[in-house]
Amino acid sequence: MSEAIDYRQAHATGAITITGVSKSYGRHKALDDVSLALDPGSVTVIVGPSGSGKSTLLRTLNHLERVDRGLIQIDGDYIGYQRRGDRLYELKEKAILRQRVNVGYVFQNFNLFPHLTVLENLIEAPIAHRQLSKRDAVARAGELLDIVGLRHKADAWPRHLSGGQQQRIAIARALMLNPRVMLFDEPTSALDPELVGEVLDVIKKLARSGTTLVIVTHEIGFAREVADNVVFMVDGKIVEQGSASQVLSNPRHERTRRFLARVL
Amino acid sequence: MNRDQQQLKVVPARYPARTVGAIVALFILAGVVESVALNPRWEWGVFARWFFDPVILHGLGQTLLLTLLGTVFSLIFGGLLALARLSSSWLLSTLAWGYIWLFRSLPLIVVLIILYNFSYLYDTLSFGVPFTALAWGHFQTINVLGQFPAAVIGLTLVQAAYSAEIIRGGFLGVDHGQIEAASALGLSATRRTFRIILPQALRAIIPTAFNEIISLAKGTAMVYVLAMPELFYTIQMIYNRNQEVIPLLMVGAAWYLIITTVLSAIQHGVERWLARSVTRDPHPSRWRQWRSRLNPVAAHEEISHVRSH
Repeated sequence: MSEAIDYRQAHATGAITITGVSKSYGRHKALDDVSLALDPGSVTVIVGPSGSGKSTLLRTLNHLERVDRGLIQIDGDYIGYQRRGDRLYELKEKAILRQRVNVGYVFQNFNLFPHLTVLENLIEAPIAHRQLSKRDAVARAGELLDIVGLRHKADAWPRHLSGGQQQRIAIARALMLNPRVMLFDEPTSALDPELVGEVLDVIKKLARSGTTLVIVTHEIGFAREVADNVVFMVDGKIVEQGSASQVLSNPRHERTRRFLARVL
Repeated sequence: MNRDQQQLKVVPARYPARTVGAIVALFILAGVVESVALNPRWEWGVFARWFFDPVILHGLGQTLLLTLLGTVFSLIFGGLLALARLSSSWLLSTLAWGYIWLFRSLPLIVVLIILYNFSYLYDTLSFGVPFTALAWGHFQTINVLGQFPAAVIGLTLVQAAYSAEIIRGGFLGVDHGQIEAASALGLSATRRTFRIILPQALRAIIPTAFNEIISLAKGTAMVYVLAMPELFYTIQMIYNRNQEVIPLLMVGAAWYLIITTVLSAIQHGVERWLARSVTRDPHPSRWRQWRSRLNPVAAHEEISHVRSH
């Protein structure tokens, strides 16, 4: 598992700008005036206690969740809106779907399509978007299955794979569309401890491949190893952010220190 | 295991009560078979004489045709109703709910008789835009809504209401994560519905749907109120003339039995095919093996050290 991922162009894209984003469910404030700027190609790890809004923030980035207030931009494009002059026009479903092609999403529960084989799971989206012909899609799927080390499982059903294998397939599926941004929502939380490593290894290979990664996780050791930025959230607010060594080793805030003391 | 344990013998548990129960059941079954076969009043000769009679076969044909058309139309219409009920449009879902409420409340026999008497309510039917003079055709109701169309429409209208709920239930049973995953990949609503959700919903839909199809096959007997010569009405006509009531009813019963058996066999096949991705047997079907041979994504040895199944 050593070959680098070199199919992306060298010039990095995938800059994310989050400005004053808020989101409530009824009276509960899931996100409270969150602002964040992420460089193209960077690796960001979001940590925090459960219910702190980490996953909600991730879901707003590809419009699985609408925001109540604030703006999100990826490479200057407003997620969910189109800017013309001084106005933001809400996008229709079709345009939102097109925006999502640039943003890969990996779920905690993998969410592979159980009625499709591994190969069919991978080629579904690029064929639906007419990005690739069937033959090219199959070829590309082969490359990505090599990268996640599962080429021999191309014709298997998802249910016959271990959790770790399913998550590696889910990552390959998200990469099929060549996204500029990859979002990981607790990718190892549903896995047996002995399977966590194989998934984290795949994510490590993606780091510094040019794709911007945003990862919600509880794996602090992993964050220390790969993250350019670490963001610590509590109650829908960003408490602290900075380099991995700064936030994880020398936290400035009392709340961060207490959290790290408990998870480490 | 030591030497002593190696010589131990395993004695399977015995259940004498089960054996007794089986013998009693077989005894009762033999008694029933004996009485049915040997009591001359069942008149099996008459049964044999009528079983393949052209008149009966014609009635059977009508029953099968009604079942087929009723199933196809009600599944299509019911599918649309289910999508309407699940739609985020308030108007659509309310309209669909109202339709289902109405046609689940009305007995089939009432719907059939109203349709058959439609020409009394409306002399002509026209095809055009309501509230305008635009129309592309006028028809005499009595010519359009004969016995057969009335029967098909009646069965479809009522059956669609039930099909809609079955299909909706199947859709609701699919894990919400599947819809999210499909959305995250940017798949369109149509593709999400037909390629991702429907195939998974089918596993829940099929058993209940076949229940409904079997009910429909027998329920077509209800159209005898339209004096339509399907299987049951044909049998009634014959026994009213020759008074051989029981043997002719047996002819009908045997044919309904055969229809249900064939439908059950089809159901079994469809369910097995749909379960292919969940069975523990990891071998792909012959079709898939053949296809992957044409389209080889060559098998490489596993690179990482995962446990494999």
